[in-house]
Amino acid sequence: MSSDDGEECLPLSQRPEWADVRPVPQDDGPKPVVPIHYRENFREAMDYFRAVYLADERSLRSLNLTSEVIGLNPGNYTVWHFRRLVLEALNADLHEERDYVDRVAERFPKNYQIWHHRRWLAEKLGPKAADKELEFTKKIFTIDAKNYHTWSHRQWVLLALGGWDDELDYCQKLIENDVFNNSAWNQRYFVITKSPLLGGLQAMRESEVSFAIKAILTNPQNESPWRYLRGLYKGDIEQLLSDNQVPEVCLQVLKSGRNFLFALSMLLDLLCFGFQPSDEFKRIVEGLTNSESSSSDTNLATSVCNVLETVDPLRANYWAWRRRTLPSMVC
Amino acid sequence: MEKLEGEKHVKYILSVEKRKDDFESLVMDHLRINGAYWGLTTLDLLHKLDCVDQEEAVSWVMQCYHEDCGGFGGNVGHDPHLLYTLSAVQILVLFDKLDVLDVEKVSNYVSGLQNEDGSFSGDMWGEIDTRFSYCAICCLSILHRMDKINVEKAVNYIVSCKNLDGGFGCTPGGESHAGQIFCCIGALAITGSLHHVDKDLLGWWLCERQCKDGGLNGRPEKFADVCYSWWVLSSLIIIDRAHWIDKSKLINFILNCQDKEKGGISDRPDNAVDVFHTYFGVAGANYLSV
Repeated sequence: MSSDDGEECLPLSQRPEWADVRPVPQDDGPKPVVPIHYRENFREAMDYFRAVYLADERSLRSLNLTSEVIGLNPGNYTVWHFRRLVLEALNADLHEERDYVDRVAERFPKNYQIWHHRRWLAEKLGPKAADKELEFTKKIFTIDAKNYHTWSHRQWVLLALGGWDDELDYCQKLIENDVFNNSAWNQRYFVITKSPLLGGLQAMRESEVSFAIKAILTNPQNESPWRYLRGLYKGDIEQLLSDNQVPEVCLQVLKSGRNFLFALSMLLDLLCFGFQPSDEFKRIVEGLTNSESSSSDTNLATSVCNVLETVDPLRANYWAWRRRTLPSMVC
Repeated sequence: MEKLEGEKHVKYILSVEKRKDDFESLVMDHLRINGAYWGLTTLDLLHKLDCVDQEEAVSWVMQCYHEDCGGFGGNVGHDPHLLYTLSAVQILVLFDKLDVLDVEKVSNYVSGLQNEDGSFSGDMWGEIDTRFSYCAICCLSILHRMDKINVEKAVNYIVSCKNLDGGFGCTPGGESHAGQIFCCIGALAITGSLHHVDKDLLGWWLCERQCKDGGLNGRPEKFADVCYSWWVLSSLIIIDRAHWIDKSKLINFILNCQDKEKGGISDRPDNAVDVFHTYFGVAGANYLSV
């Protein structure tokens, strides 16, 4: 009998169904580079795997053996390859295979091969597989909402198999759970730009700006919504400058006197694009400035750079460069 | 005063702990050739490559070669893949033994993995990822066989993976991630295509990876990890913006990730060391002239 993790079983050498197979040991040569030590059952499983692999035996017992090896080392891509060949040869039930992969992926969510295998399966099962794939990625996200492989898989499913209906809502839920989840923000941008069910970036801009601003005001030190906000105006500086909401959110954050780093850098970008600041902006930034370094001749953008250099010392060189490269007509 | 414990790291690499119950060693089985590349390059950076028997190493690498297709597997008896083909070629370069290769065959294997849209699959099973673009381009560049691929299409595909924050993901629309960024920037640099990069925007995104502890993370709101000392730092170097991070704080972070007794470097202070993080920590420290 095989099991998903191969832990509690009789050694292969003692199983009657494997009696006819001579296991093939690994040939490392006399002095292997970076030697690796093996657990005994792992060694044995690999020796038997090598035997069926070299003989190209695409049988049920080979399939079960790949399950055992995968349970010991899911990163072994050769075993996954061979498993696919065996599944095809056996014309195996791919719904059962998906159930198996579900179990393995839950144990090893950061493994590339599992996700690739899922993709191969989903391609074979077709568009009706979309729902289950989306459900499964949701399950993984409850454990690790930023899992890069899982997001990559979810994006592939949406593009290849569909299922966009609830995607924007789902992004909303994830962001509500953790507003700092950059992957969820990235997915939101993915949805508004690529979903065939929404109107595209321009049509969605207004509501998305409101959404981003709400998130910013809740946690102004959160990098993601600030970048998201910038992205909403990508390639449309005129629109960015004519929308009052953007400088307004900067002002509100600056007024609070706390967590204003990203607000300052956004203000700096606006100024560089030609934004004409009110006196209120100038007063507030002056309040943040070290009075020794400022003078009445200093323009606002320079003052902003000075403040940033002081309050964000890790990136002092970056802010100094921004100050040196300010456009000539900047306020 | 913290320093890079070069001798201890050499000792660690040369005598990897033999523990049968160590799951880490088991999961490295299929990518042993990557492990060899990380270990050997670390030795080379620490000027101790001669501690390894060159002939044995080269002979073992060639045991991973697939005569029928020209690719290398992750270990003896493992299927060929771009990831391991690059490591194999890089190891041979370390020993200045590219002459053992059938360069035509290997470069045909690599170029054969390019798809219509310019992307690269990792192997015959078709997984696409910008990591593979980098592996292919780096490999062919070393072998002086870039003419075997459609460079323009390769570049266009990478550029299609550029995001609004200036970074790059694994596929178009994929979240910007420092590891993927290194692969894309590296590939664009090799192909003379850095003009597609908004260096200021990306440089800012990259320098924002520096955390309060001085280490670098790979994406917003994630923890710092020593391996990003390579992915982020080398990307910044490629686009001439390395001075935008605080180097001394990064050096401190890397040095704190060392196991000062047994050697080796871990992902963050006080965690278990491994070959992967030892390589990236030493490489990063090397860049920072530690």
